[in-house]
This record gives sequence, structure tokens and C-alpha cells, in this order.
Amino acid sequence: MYPASFAYHRATSVSHALELLATYGDDAKVLAGGHSLLPVMKLRFAAPAHLIDLGRVPGMSGITESGGVVTIGAMARHADVASSAVVRAKAPLLAEVAGHIGDPMIRNMGTIGGSLAHADPAADLPAAMLALGASVVLQGKGGSRTVGADQFFVDTFQTALGAGELLVAVQVPVSSAACAYAKHPDPASGYAIAGVAIQLGASGGRVALTGLAPRPMRLAAVEAALAAGAGAAAADRAADGVEFIEDARGSAAYKANLARVFTQRALTAALARK
Amino acid sequence: MIGASVKRKEDGRFLTGRGKYTDDITLPGQLHAAFVRSPYAHAKIRAVDASAARAMPGVRAVFTGADLKAGGVNPIPVGWLHAGINVAEHHAMAVDAARYVGEAVAVVLADSAATARDAAEAVAVDYEELAAVVSAVDALRAGAPQVHGNAAGNVAFTWQLGDAAGTDAAIKGAKTVVRQHLGNQRLIPNAIEPRACLASFDAANDELTLYVTSQNPHVHRLIMGAFVLGIPEQRFRVVAPDVGGGFGSKIFIYPEEVVACWASKQVGAPVKWTATRSEAFLSDSHGRDHETEVEMAFDAAGKIVGLRVHTVANMGAHFTLFAPAVPTYLYGTLLSGQYDIPVIHVSVTAAYTNTVPVDAYRGAGRPEATYVLERTLDIAAGTLGVDPAELRRRNFIAPTKFPYQTAVALQYDSGNYAPALDKALGMVGYAQLRAEQAAARAKGRYIGIGLSSYIEACGLAPSHVVGSLGAQAGLYESGAVRVHPTGKVTVLTGSHSHGQGHETTFAQIVAHELGCALDDVEVVHGDTAKIPFGMGSYGSRSGAVGGSALFMSIQKVKEKGRRIAAHQLEAAVEDVDFKDGTYFVKGAPGKQKGFGEIALAAYLAHNIPGDMEPGLDSTSFFNPSNFVYPFGTHIAVVEVDPATGHVALTKYVAVDDFGNVINPMIVDGQLHGGIAQGVAQALWEGGVYDGNGQLLTGSMMTYALPKAHFLPMVESDRTVTPSPINPLGVKGAGEAGTIASTAATANAVLDALAPFGITHLDMPLTPAKIWAAIQTARGGH
Repeated sequence: MYPASFAYHRATSVSHALELLATYGDDAKVLAGGHSLLPVMKLRFAAPAHLIDLGRVPGMSGITESGGVVTIGAMARHADVASSAVVRAKAPLLAEVAGHIGDPMIRNMGTIGGSLAHADPAADLPAAMLALGASVVLQGKGGSRTVGADQFFVDTFQTALGAGELLVAVQVPVSSAACAYAKHPDPASGYAIAGVAIQLGASGGRVALTGLAPRPMRLAAVEAALAAGAGAAAADRAADGVEFIEDARGSAAYKANLARVFTQRALTAALARK
Repeated sequence: MIGASVKRKEDGRFLTGRGKYTDDITLPGQLHAAFVRSPYAHAKIRAVDASAARAMPGVRAVFTGADLKAGGVNPIPVGWLHAGINVAEHHAMAVDAARYVGEAVAVVLADSAATARDAAEAVAVDYEELAAVVSAVDALRAGAPQVHGNAAGNVAFTWQLGDAAGTDAAIKGAKTVVRQHLGNQRLIPNAIEPRACLASFDAANDELTLYVTSQNPHVHRLIMGAFVLGIPEQRFRVVAPDVGGGFGSKIFIYPEEVVACWASKQVGAPVKWTATRSEAFLSDSHGRDHETEVEMAFDAAGKIVGLRVHTVANMGAHFTLFAPAVPTYLYGTLLSGQYDIPVIHVSVTAAYTNTVPVDAYRGAGRPEATYVLERTLDIAAGTLGVDPAELRRRNFIAPTKFPYQTAVALQYDSGNYAPALDKALGMVGYAQLRAEQAAARAKGRYIGIGLSSYIEACGLAPSHVVGSLGAQAGLYESGAVRVHPTGKVTVLTGSHSHGQGHETTFAQIVAHELGCALDDVEVVHGDTAKIPFGMGSYGSRSGAVGGSALFMSIQKVKEKGRRIAAHQLEAAVEDVDFKDGTYFVKGAPGKQKGFGEIALAAYLAHNIPGDMEPGLDSTSFFNPSNFVYPFGTHIAVVEVDPATGHVALTKYVAVDDFGNVINPMIVDGQLHGGIAQGVAQALWEGGVYDGNGQLLTGSMMTYALPKAHFLPMVESDRTVTPSPINPLGVKGAGEAGTIASTAATANAVLDALAPFGITHLDMPLTPAKIWAAIQTARGGH
């Protein structure tokens, strides 16, 4: 209940936050919605000496669309993303997935940037990012870079975010309504035991899996089958080339089955919306 | 007023955040305690070095288990003893060895809770890790690590009931014998309010006050004062203020409370402790954890001719207060259920293990018994080719047979089981549902229907009976009625409300009997300084025992008022009657006195019978002559998704007989919560340790408590067979939902899986487990 002592820094701007990050380096953690970081601090699994709070930084939670790209500020709350008219019209998969996260309290506090930077392997958003071909904007003191979701998620709780960098925005290509997210939630945590996000294009589509593997991943075999015109049958390939590990949530065979079943359910729904 | 669904008086303060719980109480100069807990399931404690912790600013003291022992603190006793029981000393903090992950080893007292937690991390304990044993079955194997020196082979006790030879003969001579191994997994209670305590020793008056999350403050005072701490009861006040749920877990005397009391005297300051949720998982007594072999024997007509049950019960590392009673007298005695079974034999071996102690958890023994009977009956229905409802009906005790003496000690006073079954079958549309099930199966959809016809013995308890069975105290209850000169009433009850709504139901009893307004009655509970004595709330006893004590006091008050009224109305006492708050002379309209007038007269004492003491109050103790026996039939309907193993609970019907009902809304609420808890055992919850004794389900992220959206609306109805053993005719309703629903839900899932040839799976019936069983049945893996 009581985290170890830490110093609290309220950033007033992105550049101020970057200054603080440069000053405190590895001793600092960035605080966004706090729904992943604060619990691990209370359990004393994490004990950062400094917290840099982005909560009062102006202009970090806007949602806009221009030139075929929807840009979402890192501090946009899940509830805002799920209910945003722009996101619902221009990137409906992201709105659907954001609406599946946790419960209303979590969606009202948790942020898109915080969730992506945390990179929980069972989180919902990474699957949407991969299926949408979305990118994150990483801001450092020397400038910013844009990293595609395919490169961003490295491993369990590991991303391409560099030391001294801040995830400031998410960029999503305008996408069609031919999409779906199918999720088998853990009854305790609400996280995805299996989650499959699919965004269909003019031909083929992008298919991403969360929950079942150490990191969210695209299902290459399914995408290849889709591109080859397999349609709903592409779901049969969902376990191909993925290594599933037995744990408390089930055997490797069960997980492979879940990958196929939830790919099939998402694919059926997405094809129906095409 | 009795029988009315009035809104709960206490909800105003709860819903607006103005309840006063233990952690809300702050005393001047209070220190905060943080416990150093063993990270090992079994380890010798070589040394404790607290020098770094003591040196931290804000730290006032550090104590170890050895300090407590040297300071004269006795082990925490057990409240129920069987012949031959091996009671291992249970010290509030480990002295020589730690025996489960989470066992307290040392305590830090500091100016703030955060500082205490920091300092607890700085206490260096030199452990020598020892081999640990987690499952009771493993603990009983030859060569298993020994949890205690005085319990050879880890046997805590063995116990049996019934006719061994007769049962053996019945099984040997039976047409059909159904045999099954049944696991009943460990459950972890999660009251919304974690345990907390605040102990304050007043050196000036040599008095100790303990605020604590207790279901039974007088029991706390008696045991802690007389046995553990050696404090005279008149100098020891225990207050259980608003308490946010218990489910049994707040009955017991816990180490943290003992430590806070003792430490407060040592440091001369109040000591407060509130469990974190993580600590609650590791230190609240757990529930269930049985492994059972059952044999149910039938004749050619499908009548049960004998039942043999052998259970291995996991007690954890120590006995807590009620633990020995749970897998024995609260379990074995219920194994006749609603059925006419001529011979039964039950034997239990209880084992110590390196896990959190296991004790009473909502239902306490009775859900385990109901699960054994009802699950086995459903398996038998499949074996015999008889519909599960029909098989139950064939074996019900006939209504003409009451009072019915079971083969396992209990005598049921009343019961009529078929009407409840019929009503439940009618509500669920059983025949139609079976047809829909068959049609769905033809289309590859798997619907399951599960019945559970349960009985429970509650209203704990006839003191002479439990005393002869090993209880170290009687289980009566007190109820005092104090009428004020204005006619307003204060009720003092020894039972305790931690969610049950006593402030409303008990006020309803008074208002009904005295004809006054509900708001004219104040119910006081939970404070040993105010209440004469009491045994607290558990075992669905508050209404049946506490309510009856209250009822007795009301009658005495009414009778005294009648004598005053007769005196003032110049009538013979037997000519005066009382109705709707008015004393009146029978057959003499207008000759009457209001209850308020009589109350005032009793205190003014200007005009009362000359031989009468002034005042108007009464204290009564009700000692029931028997248990009460609620019963009913619950039916769960599920659909299993064979692709994922996911279970959807689509319908739930409950027909219960709670006798007379004081507040139907409150009883419905108790039923709904109980059903949610029981369904959760069938489908989601399970406390899991790894082989080293680390709790893998130590948080709500891994231990699946039920969420509202997992459950359908419960459709409920009642039959009413008033209990003959108490004046209110009430039975208990607090545990029934939990007792019935686990078996009903598990039966429904297994019924859905019957087309695959799957006859049984142990709980929790998780999607992964169900899917794997389907694959195996299909000849897969």
C-alpha cells in the first residue's frame, strides 16, 4: 500500500519533462495515468527515486486527423480514445480496442501513451497498433523520431523507447471499418489471455495477437493466407510459426487453439464489416 | 413490520462514505505497525537483526516472536478440540521456525505506516530454508517434511462418524456403487475491508482497548484476555465498529491483534495496523481444501443404501479458532443431505501443511458436504440412467418421517423437500429446458442443467450439543432491550453485523412487537463495554439465535408493561392485552394506555404496583435446543463453448426455505451474494501454491473473484416451513446461497459435457481445463 519514498516532479512542458528525464536518468519513471506504475510501486516491485508527472503538461492529449493520419496525444485517456468521434470514424479498430481495456475507472485514468510505453504483453492496445500499422512519436532532447509499431514492441515490458526519450504521440493511418477485435479476458485481471485485432485492407489485411506470447506480434501466416485470398479460412494458420508457452493460463496446445479461435472470430466479424 | 422489505437503516452512512471502520479511528500518538513476514514456506529462524531498522528516523520499536514469548504472551488457543488432536503451539509471531509464506516473524512500530513499512524491509532475518509440503495428501505420505515436531506424519487429527461396518456391508451388497475422487479447492476470503486493529493501553487505569475487525468481539476479549495476554476482562474492552464483510475470516484471533495489544503496553502508545490486500491473501485464514473419496451405493430401484466418505483436509500450518470443527462436525454431520440414507460412514484425516491456516469460510463444511452429495448424485444419475431430478426425488426423506434422525448424528426437526424441488423445476421450465438441451446438442451447442438440493444446519448452536462434541464454549446469544422513559428503545445484541443488516432487521423485530416506529429503535452491537456478552455472528446464527434472545427480552418488557397497565387501568393483569403499541382492557373500549405512557410510568415510578421495581428493560440469553435446517433446490443453467471451454452461466433459479423471513430484501441480498460466492468456486476461484509453498494467486490480478457481469439475475422464490425451535420461526440465510450454488453450477457444467463422455472434472472449471478434457475425450492429446 505504501510505496518506497520518491521525489515527485510535475512537468510543465514536454521540454521540461525531457530536462527532468536527462537529470535523473534511470532513477526516474514517467507517470502518466498511473494504473500500471503505481500498483507495482505500492507492491514495491518498483521503487523509482523520482517520478516525472505528465498529468499537467498542456497539449498532450489532443486527437486530430490530417493528411490521412490520426494523431493522438500520449496523455489521451482510453475512454477519450474509445469515444472520440475522430477515432471512431477514421480508426474504428483503435476505438473498439480502447473500449475493451480494463473497467471504466481504468479507462478514465489510463492513457494510450502510458499503456504503450509499459508494453504489457497481455495489454489490448499493442494488438491494435500492430494491426493498424500505427506508429509512435518518440521525443528526445535532440529531436523526435517516429517508430512503427512493428519495431516498437521488443519484448515483455520492453520497447524501442530510448533513454531520455518520451512517447509523446501516436499516429494511426486512417483505416476502414473492416476491422474487429476478439478477446478472451482473464477473469481475475481482465487482461487478454488471448486478443486478436484485425484490420482488413483493399486486399488482405493485418492481423495481430496479444496475450498468448511474450510480446504482441503480427500473425504472418494468417496475413499471407489473407493476401492469397483465403478469406475466413486464413484463421487456421493463426498458430503457425508462433511459440506458445505453457503456464497457469493453459497448455501450449490450448493457447494455439485460442489463437486460431479468436483469429477466426475477429476475422469473421471484420469480413462482415467489409 | 416483520416480513417487510424496509430499506436498511445503516445504508445511509455506508453509501455516503460515513461508515466508521477500524482504520478510520485515529488516537493521539498512535504508532503504526508493519510486519516482517516469512518469504519461505518453511524455514528455521537463526537470527533477527533489527539494528538497521531501529536506527531509522521515526522507528520506535522492533519486536520478534522471541520477544513476545519472553514477554509472557501465550500461544493462541484452539476453540474446538477433538479427542487425540495434535495441537501445535501457535505463537503470534514465529519463534523458532516460520511455517508458511506470510507468517509474521517480527514487527516494526513507527510514527507512520510508510516508515514502518520501510523499516520492516530493513529487518534482516537469517533464515535456513527447510523442505516444505503444500498439499495435505503429500503431507501424509511417508517421508514428507514435518511441519511440527509434535504432529507425527503431519496428522493434525483423525475423526470419524457413523457406522463403518454397516456401511461396508451395504456397499458390498449394493446393486450399483458409484465411486469418485472429488477435490474441493482452497479458497481465499476477500472481505472488502481488510483486517485491521488499533490497540491502546491506558497505563493510568491499567486498561486495554482494542478496536478490531471482528465478527465476535466478546470472543476476542475472552480468548485474548484470559488465554493469550492474561488481561482481566473488566479491564479489556474490545470494539468491532463498522466491519466491511467477514465471510468467516474475521471470527478468528489473529496474530497481528495479539501483537498490537502487547506492543501498545510495551511502548506506551496506541498501535495501529491495517492489512494490505497482499497481506490479506497471505494471512487471512483460507477456506475449504479437501480431497475426498466417495462411494455411494444404490439398490435396483435407485435408492441410496449406503454412503462412505473419506476426506483429507488441509489445515494449513496452524489451527485457527474453529478449524477442527469445520471438516468434522460442520461437514460429516451434513452428509445425509435431504436424503433418507440408512447407513453412512465418514472418516477425516486432517493434515498440517506449510500453507496459510484453513478455517471457516462462508458455509464452513456444509458447502463441502453438499458438493460431495450433489456431485456424486449427478454422477450416479448418469450411471443409473435416471434423470437427476428424479433420482433426488426418489431419495428425499418423506415429509412424514420428521423429526428425522440421520445416520450422522443430526436430528432434522422439520422439512418437506419435494415442494421446493418442484417449484424450482417449474420456475426453470425443466421439461422444456431438457428438450431445448437435446435440440441444441444436435446443433453442436452444449447446454447444461445442474441441480443442487441442499440442507444446512445453522443457527449455531445448541450449547450442550456442541459442548459434548468438543466446542470450548457454548453458542447461545444475548439480547437486551432497554426501553427509555419516552418509549424509545435501545437494543443491545451480542451478535455482530458486518454487512448483514442487523440495525434494520433487529429493529423490525422490536417495532413489530412493540408497535413503535422503526426509527424509535436503535440497535447497538460490537462493543464489549456496552453489550453484556455475546458469541458474535457466523454460522447463519444472528436471526435464529440473536434475534430470538432479543424476542425473549421484548416479551419480558411487554409483560412488565402489562402489569403496570393493569395497575393503572384498575384491571386484572389477565384482562389486559397489548396490540399495535397499546395496552387495553379486553371488552372495555377506551380503557387503554400507550406503550410510551407505560414506559414513562415505569421510570417515574409514581404509579406502579407496589411490589414492582421501577424501570423497563430486560436482558435474555437464548440457547437453542437444536440447529435450524434451511433447505432448498437451486438450478443452474450454463452453456459451454467447446471451442474455448468458456462457461456462460445463463440462468440461475433458487428456491429456499428459510422459515419465516424478517426482511425479504435483505434475505434476497444475502442469497444473491452467497450464490455469487458459490458459483465463483465452481468456475473461477482457486488458491494455488507452487511446490515450494509460494502462493501463486496472491492478488486480485491472479485470484479470480466474481464480477457482477459474470452472473445472470437470480430468479428466487421460497417455501416457508417455520423452524419449531425458536420463537421467531426463522432459520439462517447467510450461507445457503454459497452452500447450494457450487454444486449446482459444477453439475450444470458437467451435464453440458456429458455428450463428450466426461463424467467429472475438479473445480474451478476453467476454460483451459474444460477444453483439455474435451480434446482428450475426442481422442486428441
